[in-house]
Amino acid sequence: MSRLREAFERGEFVITGEVAPPHGTDVSKMMRSVELLGPVTHALNVTDNQGATLHLSSLAASKAILDAGYEPIFQQTCRDRNRLALQSDLLSAGTLGLENVLILTGDDPRGGDHPQAKGVFDLDSTQLIEVAAGLNRGKDMNGAALEGATNLHVGAAAFPEAEPWDIQFERARGKAEAGAVFFQTQAVMDIDLFSERVAELRSKLGVKVIAGILLLKSGRVIDFINEKLAGLMVPDEIADRIRGASDPMGVAIELATEQVRALRDVADGVHIMSLGSDSVVPQILRGAGLD
Amino acid sequence: MIITRPRDPARIVENLETVGARSVFIVGCQQCATVAHTGGEVEVGELARFLTERGYEVSGTEVSEVTCHLAHTRVELRRHAEELSTADAVIVLTCGAGVQTVADAAPETPVFPGLDSAFLGNVIRNGVFEERCQMCGQCVLDLTAGICPVTTCPKGLLNGPCGGMWDGKCEVMTDRECTHVRIHNRLKAQGRARSQGSSIPAKDYSVKLKPGSVNLRAQRERARRKSGGDR
Repeated sequence: MSRLREAFERGEFVITGEVAPPHGTDVSKMMRSVELLGPVTHALNVTDNQGATLHLSSLAASKAILDAGYEPIFQQTCRDRNRLALQSDLLSAGTLGLENVLILTGDDPRGGDHPQAKGVFDLDSTQLIEVAAGLNRGKDMNGAALEGATNLHVGAAAFPEAEPWDIQFERARGKAEAGAVFFQTQAVMDIDLFSERVAELRSKLGVKVIAGILLLKSGRVIDFINEKLAGLMVPDEIADRIRGASDPMGVAIELATEQVRALRDVADGVHIMSLGSDSVVPQILRGAGLD
Repeated sequence: MIITRPRDPARIVENLETVGARSVFIVGCQQCATVAHTGGEVEVGELARFLTERGYEVSGTEVSEVTCHLAHTRVELRRHAEELSTADAVIVLTCGAGVQTVADAAPETPVFPGLDSAFLGNVIRNGVFEERCQMCGQCVLDLTAGICPVTTCPKGLLNGPCGGMWDGKCEVMTDRECTHVRIHNRLKAQGRARSQGSSIPAKDYSVKLKPGSVNLRAQRERARRKSGGDR
């Protein structure tokens, strides 16, 4: 059974990390991240052609992580596959022993490395969540019985700080009603606002919420987030703290540690996005008393 | 209407070279291509000048009333039979439907497109066109307050917004309001906020298999025979 699901059931505060499959076939660099992050997390998200750029499939990379003894969260976006391929990959996940799946819309191809590609979006994420829930009941999306059902632990994305909140909340409700049992959020920026909204998600939808923590390790990272990442904006007081520091990485670790500590009473877990600085993740968790 | 865009003139010249054409007949259309300012009298005249300046002979031109209408176009081209017979090629400044109609009406002569067909467009005002309908074959506008998410959401999501929406703005076209925010707000203003558990189901693309075909005559004939048989 999924360790992540078990941890939720026990009421444990969960920790997830993130690794990116390679742009090629050699998984050794990814596995080095896995060896660093695996021992200190409950599960690792495995991105699916993130940013609409070509990578090894999340399915293959997730299996490699499972084989190494760690627990992946197989990410599946609606961008690159039609409903046949999406269902086929979810069935493959079942056969390969993958249980956690995070279902996402996916970034638009025109922002990626193959801007000539056709964005498929045959299904949207709400519809795909419903499909995954159906596969768990032994039915394909047309209601036809399967030879063997999946046992997927279905998650979705939420963006608690985005406005207009009423629309975001309705969207999250649609996903929860479709069958998502846990949510992973966009990076936390304003803890107070985030806390208020996560409380609403947890109480009204009965879902588990894992809060996203982004390691703001330099002024350059902040610029990148503000300019390139849709919907994310680093508040001035945080940006000034990092930019003004003689050791920005040290301050970023301090900030992430504070956030993790503050979120222990707010969310069901944290998802740490270290942007390649995997070695500092254990330090953050130790600092927050989570080792 | 069908929005078309001019094709690179170099490509048109290349096409003419493939058949060694020296004499060219040009066809435009009084409908969409005229409104789109790509294939009306003005643009047909411009292409004729362009080709003449490059040493081609323009044997004649015709801006058909509705170029995609096969019967009409046949009649109109018949009036230009002599000019057509001396032409080595025909260039058609219409959508792809018009090009194929001309190619069928003049099957002996090589016919080349002079435009690219872009989209089914709303005319916002003269010279400003926007795509609002993709002719997906299964309209959801009843559920979405008359705003099409299939077309106007860059990802075509039926249930949105996606995670990139910020302050009501679209992630992909950041200067635009998110389609799903617009839908939500208009439904709300009309007191039609969507009820709980009412995500829009996945589309049925089998209703939009190509090539599309409607034959009202055959339908009427079938209906007539059926009612005759019932009597």
